[in-house]
Amino acid sequence: MTGLIRLAPIGAVLLWGVACRSEQQTVARYGVGRPATPAEIAAWNIDVNPSGEGLPAGRGTAAEGARVFTANCAGCHGARGEGLPAAPALVGREPREGFPFGESLKYVRTVGNYWPYATTLYDYINRTMPATTPGSLTPDEIYAVVAWILAQNEIISPTAAIDGASLPRVRMPARDRFVPDDRHGGAEFR
Amino acid sequence: MITRRSLLVGGAAAAGTALLGTLPSIIQAQRSRTPSSGATHPADRPLGEPTSAISARSPFERPARTPIGQVTGASFSPLQEFSGTITPTDLHFERHHAGVPIINPADYGLLVHGLVDRPTVFTLADLKRLPSTTRICFLECAGNGRAAYRSPKRELTPQLIDGLTSNAEWTGVPLTAVLTEIGVKPGAAWMLAEGGDAALLSRSIPLEKAMDDALLVYAQNGEPLRPAAGYPVRLLLPGWEGNVNVKWLRRLKLIAQPNMSRDETSRYTDPLPNGTARQFSFVMDVKSIITHPAHPVRLGRQEWVQIAGIAWSGRGKITRVEVSTDGGATWTTGELQEPVLSKAHARFTRMWRWTGEPATLLSRATDETGATQPTLMEFREKRGQGTDYHFNHIRGWVVEQDGLVVYRVDA
Repeated sequence: MTGLIRLAPIGAVLLWGVACRSEQQTVARYGVGRPATPAEIAAWNIDVNPSGEGLPAGRGTAAEGARVFTANCAGCHGARGEGLPAAPALVGREPREGFPFGESLKYVRTVGNYWPYATTLYDYINRTMPATTPGSLTPDEIYAVVAWILAQNEIISPTAAIDGASLPRVRMPARDRFVPDDRHGGAEFR
Repeated sequence: MITRRSLLVGGAAAAGTALLGTLPSIIQAQRSRTPSSGATHPADRPLGEPTSAISARSPFERPARTPIGQVTGASFSPLQEFSGTITPTDLHFERHHAGVPIINPADYGLLVHGLVDRPTVFTLADLKRLPSTTRICFLECAGNGRAAYRSPKRELTPQLIDGLTSNAEWTGVPLTAVLTEIGVKPGAAWMLAEGGDAALLSRSIPLEKAMDDALLVYAQNGEPLRPAAGYPVRLLLPGWEGNVNVKWLRRLKLIAQPNMSRDETSRYTDPLPNGTARQFSFVMDVKSIITHPAHPVRLGRQEWVQIAGIAWSGRGKITRVEVSTDGGATWTTGELQEPVLSKAHARFTRMWRWTGEPATLLSRATDETGATQPTLMEFREKRGQGTDYHFNHIRGWVVEQDGLVVYRVDA
């Protein structure tokens, strides 16, 4: 084991005297755990971030995505992604102006009017969807269904292909609506 | 030879399998032990049940959660049933997004990688070899109180209003110890935490919290975590919304920027009336609720009643809980039961006599930062009717003419 070793409670040792000498040691690093192999990391390193890091090879279009959606998603989200009791709406841009979701519940929050990053779609579908068989879609199928959802929301052209290069460049309508937490305790309620 | 004891033991064993069927005899035995039943006779004193491997509740006590949903589910904790501050483990609230995985600890490994010097896999035994720590803190779902805010009803109970908060003693490893083992590289500012459930739930956590009081816990109230609580290991971020306390933790990845996961963009953000949405709003605001008297309790005229409830804040200790019995016209300070712990439920009480006039009971907590619960109107003005999380406005109970206590629907 490597690392810095020092007797922790030196003051206590002096105070308590020889009879109560503390045996406890504090070690900066205990050398616990084993090195992770590159294969282990590759198998679980599935997250995708807004820069596109983590997106795999593959591509898909909305036309292909329509078939994937019908077969895997429509049962819970509705044929047009309009939402059903089982799962939320994915499609909807109303209202085209403003961001009134705090004011009222008049508008349903969707990918089109609320999600700030398109890369989140790939990350989330890949890790969690379809809800009853997560992990069952191929990268091409995920790219295709992402393209279909974005096209249905009129964010990309119905003929555009989505892949690891184009997805991070998609600008979402709600991108600039998100602000850091400004609550810090104290008398003023925010 | 058949003794009286062997008969009773046999009867008790049967009671374990068919408790309902034996209730009348238990009630009978109990009745013989009240002072009004007069002198006791040997026949009124049957021997009790034998010792057991796992104790059961009294058959007269039936606290239960309210499970909703099958795969993505929530189960509300019966706050009105509790005394003190620790939530019994089997009644701690649950919330999960793809069912409860049953994980064999022999197959468990936590992968820590990303911007680190030594990417490492930790077994459960590895984590238990590191210096452990124990603390009490609450866990609260970010959406706790949504039903009471969105669709308030007179018939709401403490459980249905705020049952997505619970308070427990947790044991595990400070995350700093694990980060020391793997060595954090310069440039790491966030940490992706990922669960091993079917949803692989993931959240981005600022490294400041990881270095502050974050724990990797493997025990709750003195025993290994239960599967619904994240067995074998979960992340515990005291005072922060439940969702980031990732259960069945399988991976930590040190990163430079947040991943913008679904649960930190589409969900768990707070749309506000000013046309923005607050993001990474982790801390649970100061809050309290009177859990007695509460619906469906009915008070008797001129009876003394102990008003009691819980108060908590994700920012530290509760310093004061005020109680009003006249709808907020006047307030008095309630008693806070010791110990009052940081980021934990605290219990407050106040004795009160109901005269028979309609009354409105409120509680208002203040924490050590000086933050106080807003009124419903103040909350609505600042957060909006459409906001989705962190509902910490003052809750109220109306005592009606006939003594029935109902949830206060109007501000």
